[in-house]
Amino acid sequence: MTIQEIQEEIVDEFSMFDDWMQRYEYMIELGKSLPLIEEQYKKDDNIIKGCQSKVWVHAELEGDKLSFTADSDAIITKGIIAILIRAFSGQKPQDIINADTGFIDEIGLKEHLSPTRANGLVSMIKQLKLYAVAYQTQLN
Amino acid sequence: MIETTLDIATLRKDFPILERKVYGYPLVYLDNAATSQTPQAVIDSIVDYYSSYNANIHRGVHALSQEATDAYEQVRKKLKRHFNAGKDHEIIFTSGTTHSINLVASGFASILNKDDEILVSAMEHHSNIVPWQMLCEKTGAKLRVIPMDESGDLLMDKYEQLLHERTKLVFCNHVSNALGTINPIEEIINKAHAVGAAVLIDGAQAAAHIVADVQALDVDFYTASAHKMCGPTGIGMLYGKEEWLRRLPPYQGGGEMIAEVSFEKTTYADLPHKFEAGTPNICGAIAFGAALDYMNNIGFEAIAQYEEELLNYATAQLLQIEGLRIYGTARHKTSVISFNVGEMHPYDIGTILDKMGIAVRTGHHCAQPIMDFYQIPGTIRASFSFYNTMEEVDMLAAGIKKAVAMLS
Repeated sequence: MTIQEIQEEIVDEFSMFDDWMQRYEYMIELGKSLPLIEEQYKKDDNIIKGCQSKVWVHAELEGDKLSFTADSDAIITKGIIAILIRAFSGQKPQDIINADTGFIDEIGLKEHLSPTRANGLVSMIKQLKLYAVAYQTQLN
Repeated sequence: MIETTLDIATLRKDFPILERKVYGYPLVYLDNAATSQTPQAVIDSIVDYYSSYNANIHRGVHALSQEATDAYEQVRKKLKRHFNAGKDHEIIFTSGTTHSINLVASGFASILNKDDEILVSAMEHHSNIVPWQMLCEKTGAKLRVIPMDESGDLLMDKYEQLLHERTKLVFCNHVSNALGTINPIEEIINKAHAVGAAVLIDGAQAAAHIVADVQALDVDFYTASAHKMCGPTGIGMLYGKEEWLRRLPPYQGGGEMIAEVSFEKTTYADLPHKFEAGTPNICGAIAFGAALDYMNNIGFEAIAQYEEELLNYATAQLLQIEGLRIYGTARHKTSVISFNVGEMHPYDIGTILDKMGIAVRTGHHCAQPIMDFYQIPGTIRASFSFYNTMEEVDMLAAGIKKAVAMLS
């Protein structure tokens, strides 16, 4: 599936919920399915700055596609990063660089998009894209 | 059991913002230690200033300028009376406590040398750590820390051991923003003076709850921010003893702070203008005055008494939640509760509370050394004001329980 298709799938899933509580419960659930980062990569260098909770992300190139693993000490943050990784993992770096992330708004997490927001969703997206840029350079 | 003589329901009507809803829920505002809400009387004072006498002060010959100058200077007198300063010009308007502290720290750069020491308490806000670190970098002076115990009380015997003739300055908050501890500032000041050290007390967290009498305390510097005491943001004050204010060099150059200027030499204006360069926050100062009047009309004693009832009730309610731990259980504290539940991240609980319209603060509260002390990433902080109700405490407790259920 393309990033676009995965995002539409996520938007579909979230559209089943009527209120924030169900959305958050689902997000917490998604956090539990997050592909966890290996302990060796859980170091300060891999912490995303700008988050009130700690978020570690690691990226690896498998063939011409990027795969991400991550972790966080906060459950909601874990859910948010899980959603992002689901959309980006297993995709080509160039596609990740080009990806639009407007779907976050559509799944009712708009308030997390503000750059001043403590969870740093914006920083997470930026970091995932930076990994893509770095690996794209390697591929070229 | 509510014993307060205050009519909280009526007082709440003074605050238009308390009527609003957040995500469809009635707002439960429990972040008062960060910024208090603004009563209509203060909002009116702002509207009135811009509607009727907005002008630059101290230099206009015209009526508006005169009215604005009078109103601005009246607030200085009000602050002088409120904090019982000896002289009007010992009150300096600043943009807030951070500015006040920086003004003093910068002034001491020309006074300190490398053999001197500065003492700062373990429970300071970053704004009362960083300026002194910068001062130490500049002068070579050393920064020493007065430690605290598990409950959030300063270790006064350790403080005494740290004091000696090379201690030039002691900085401590009157009330800790992260823990709510009311520090024994009288003792801190007396002991510092015994070795000849000057003392700055950061009153940002105290001023909404306790009236400090700067003369009785004999404190050298005291700071406050209007936005924590029902006033607007961007305005605050520094009280300084006249002898110190005369000794310290000006902080910023500009208009208003000069007596005479030529390209060869400038002579500085007298106090307080020496420290108020440029056009000040005139409207802010006037609104600060309105906020002070508003709070004094209610009465600080009645406010403190009711807030203590809120604190006691909230503490009892929250402690009923399984796994909830309160950080900061000092003998004397203001209506602030910093807590965590089990191993849950404060951010998770804070986010869910927010979705229910309950505003709390989460994180390290600009006091990372305290979080390091407890070895936690941060806390959830609920801080109460006199317009909060017991029902809101119940809503907080119910909200925490719901968040815990969702996150477990």
